[in-house]
Amino acid sequence: MTGDKIKKTEPQKKTIKTIKINVDKCNGCRACEMICSAFHAAPKYSSNNPARSRIRIIREPLRDLYVPVYAGEYTVSECAGRDKYTIDGKEYDECSFCRASCPSRDEFKEPDSGLPLKCDMCEGEEEPLCVKWCMHDALILEERQEDAEDTDSRKEEQEDLEIGLESLADKFGMDKILDVVARMNAKD
Amino acid sequence: MRYAETGFNLEIDLTRGNIEKVATDPRETELYLGGLGTNAKILWDRVPPEVGAFSPENLLIFSAGLLCGTPAVGCNRTIVTTISPQTQLMAFSMMGGFFAPELKYAGLDKVVLRGKSPNLVYIWIHNDKVELRDASHLKGKGSLETAEAIRKELKEPKAQVAAIGKAGENRVFYASIEQGRSSASRGGIGAVMGDKGVKAIVVRGTKDVNIAKPLEYMELCNEVMEYIQFRNENPIPGVMPILAGLGSPQKMKVHDEKWHTENFNWGNSRVRRKDFWTEEVARNWLVTMEKARTRLISCYNCPMTCGATISMPGLPTYMMKCFTKLTYTMGAFSDLDFGLRIAQKATEYGLDGFSAPQVMAFALELLEAKILSPDDFPGMPEDNEGRFYYLLDMIVNREGIGDVLAEGTYWAAKKIGKGAQAYAHNNIKKHEQLPLKLSMLNPIYFLMYCTGEKMNITQIEGQFPQAPYPKREHREAFVKDWFHVPDEKFKQYFLDWEPRGENSMPFYPTVDMCCDIVDWQERMHYIDDALGQCAGLSSFPLKPPYHIHNYPKFISAGAGIEMDEEKLSQAAKRYRTLVRAINIRRGMRRKDERPPEDHWKKRFPELEKELLDTYYKFKGWNNDGIPTKESLDEQGLSYVADDFIERGILTEGKDLPGQETSGNQTSAEHKTH
Repeated sequence: MTGDKIKKTEPQKKTIKTIKINVDKCNGCRACEMICSAFHAAPKYSSNNPARSRIRIIREPLRDLYVPVYAGEYTVSECAGRDKYTIDGKEYDECSFCRASCPSRDEFKEPDSGLPLKCDMCEGEEEPLCVKWCMHDALILEERQEDAEDTDSRKEEQEDLEIGLESLADKFGMDKILDVVARMNAKD
Repeated sequence: MRYAETGFNLEIDLTRGNIEKVATDPRETELYLGGLGTNAKILWDRVPPEVGAFSPENLLIFSAGLLCGTPAVGCNRTIVTTISPQTQLMAFSMMGGFFAPELKYAGLDKVVLRGKSPNLVYIWIHNDKVELRDASHLKGKGSLETAEAIRKELKEPKAQVAAIGKAGENRVFYASIEQGRSSASRGGIGAVMGDKGVKAIVVRGTKDVNIAKPLEYMELCNEVMEYIQFRNENPIPGVMPILAGLGSPQKMKVHDEKWHTENFNWGNSRVRRKDFWTEEVARNWLVTMEKARTRLISCYNCPMTCGATISMPGLPTYMMKCFTKLTYTMGAFSDLDFGLRIAQKATEYGLDGFSAPQVMAFALELLEAKILSPDDFPGMPEDNEGRFYYLLDMIVNREGIGDVLAEGTYWAAKKIGKGAQAYAHNNIKKHEQLPLKLSMLNPIYFLMYCTGEKMNITQIEGQFPQAPYPKREHREAFVKDWFHVPDEKFKQYFLDWEPRGENSMPFYPTVDMCCDIVDWQERMHYIDDALGQCAGLSSFPLKPPYHIHNYPKFISAGAGIEMDEEKLSQAAKRYRTLVRAINIRRGMRRKDERPPEDHWKKRFPELEKELLDTYYKFKGWNNDGIPTKESLDEQGLSYVADDFIERGILTEGKDLPGQETSGNQTSAEHKTH
């Protein structure tokens, strides 16, 4: 989005897409799951399978729980501590709001390969198809412009990296860190 | 590769515990489409008329429709087919919800059960892995309780469960199969499942469903979505609210129950309460419903919200749709609070919401008429509501008089005798009908009631307005965007239909027009039932998004079967005829095809005879309602004709029945009991 070469010019704009999720409006039909999996099939729409969807409705009708969740980052290990939320008197299970493709659960993994899935907002479409297919407006797309990252934030990143490395060096010793870096480098 | 369908059925022999996955013949799909159509073919081939509902040789078939699991909006129905213990004819009840798509994603089109399990089991289908698992710990458990327990023990929160409650286990003739917010209720198919020793079928699938022409198919789906949006924003003027929009009647959403409470009958389909709906009732019922209803909910891939989650204070949560909202209330002359409370129990027991309250009201009428005595009801409470709870338990447990009542009003009356038959007054083909009693004969409805083999009027009506519009200008406005008609002549039929005068009922629509109208309405239902499309977006409402003009395209692009309107209509006619053939072979004849005597006050025997004569001819049936050899041959059903001739149902070269066959029914009756 921001391109590789950032020069100090006037601040660039980037578009932030947000899907507003209204759990009260969801009726649990799972059209979003269906259309997501159809859109991401190859060739497009040639098959569908909600188990491949990058949106899931965490759904427990008898407890009136309906939470559409989008696939986010892949994580290698599950959380050690988890949370339960009580909202409006309804208790939401651990992981109800979590977007991770995570070893603790089946969500957001290809059913055959187990490879992680991630929402891409249906790149190239006018709006994500889950939003288009949700006729009850439980899912609404919002777009806003924000200043793109400038060099200052690059600088911050650099500082973060150095702080992190220093703390690792403190813990393991600089030699070990260099060894590991060299090994990682050799792998490529 | 097979498109839309998976090309595989699961065959389970419950007696031996044998499980096989069987590839199906794509030519059968072309001829009978899928769902109901291919179910009928299997039933014809494998269940001869000597087999009773509770015979191990009876089959219980769970089928996804041809297009279930594809992106077709609202295409999610499971068609359950077997021989009904109540009618002893073919039963094909259906349920929406989430089961059929899940079955497809598991790589299956149908689950065909035969035999009987020695112990209560449930069937666990997880893609290619299928197990028969012990269900003894679930015995007597409610249908929703069972579903929750199974999901927990399998650690599969996404598994879909179709389960029976106690009513099915105890073979109540109007036991349902419940599946979350949906149920397949009519015809007592839950009793067959119980008889087979199957508590539940559980399915989880994570495979793909393929589409033949993806881009074309998506365009069709998008058109349907857009039209649904249009129809939601443009309800049809001039009809009552539940007929103005799409979906099943929106009983969960709509509070105004004036029409049903004042036009449908209360008790054992007896009393019409013409000024029941007062402001006070409206206010109270609104409060009850608003408090009870936590959320309006949908079936798989459908934007309509025909169901609701219902939480009555002090009772477990359950889900409901449609008219069950009122059936217990009206059966017991009570209020909505009672209706929603007892329905919770009845849903867990797994009972048909139409038949059950009528049977209970029937029992109380017999008590009042002294045909049954207080001794038949030991320990029954005095209060009205208490009596209904009492009867519900007696029936479901088959205790005392409940054992007789568990077989429905027709069989119960027969067993009780002493004139009880007169109180089983609301049946067609032994099956309890909607509690509706009207004044003037409606010739269209007459034909539908007589010849409907889904046994329920809501499963054949639709598309054509139920009554004429008072003013011509309104009729003209109605037909303007009525592109759904299979032929322009239907517009003229409707334009000329007047509430009074020469062009009014019962002689208008004319007999020929009635044949056209009924045939169209029926055809659309049969197409839905093969494709797995919910009638709520298709054959039931006026001006639906699915119709005879876009269905062939859906089948071509979805399943890759070349289709046009003509070919589709022929296919629908073919398996519709096959359904009739199955029932004819089981003894059904013209004598069985009549509405309840008291359905209309004003009857016209000559006209009714002419209607039936003409419609039979129109359908290619002889005067006894038996498909003729000529018409069977024409439809590629020569094997049916051969069978009919062999059995003496038809005589070669003659359209008339070979012999008096009314004895068949009686012999079948003995088989069941």
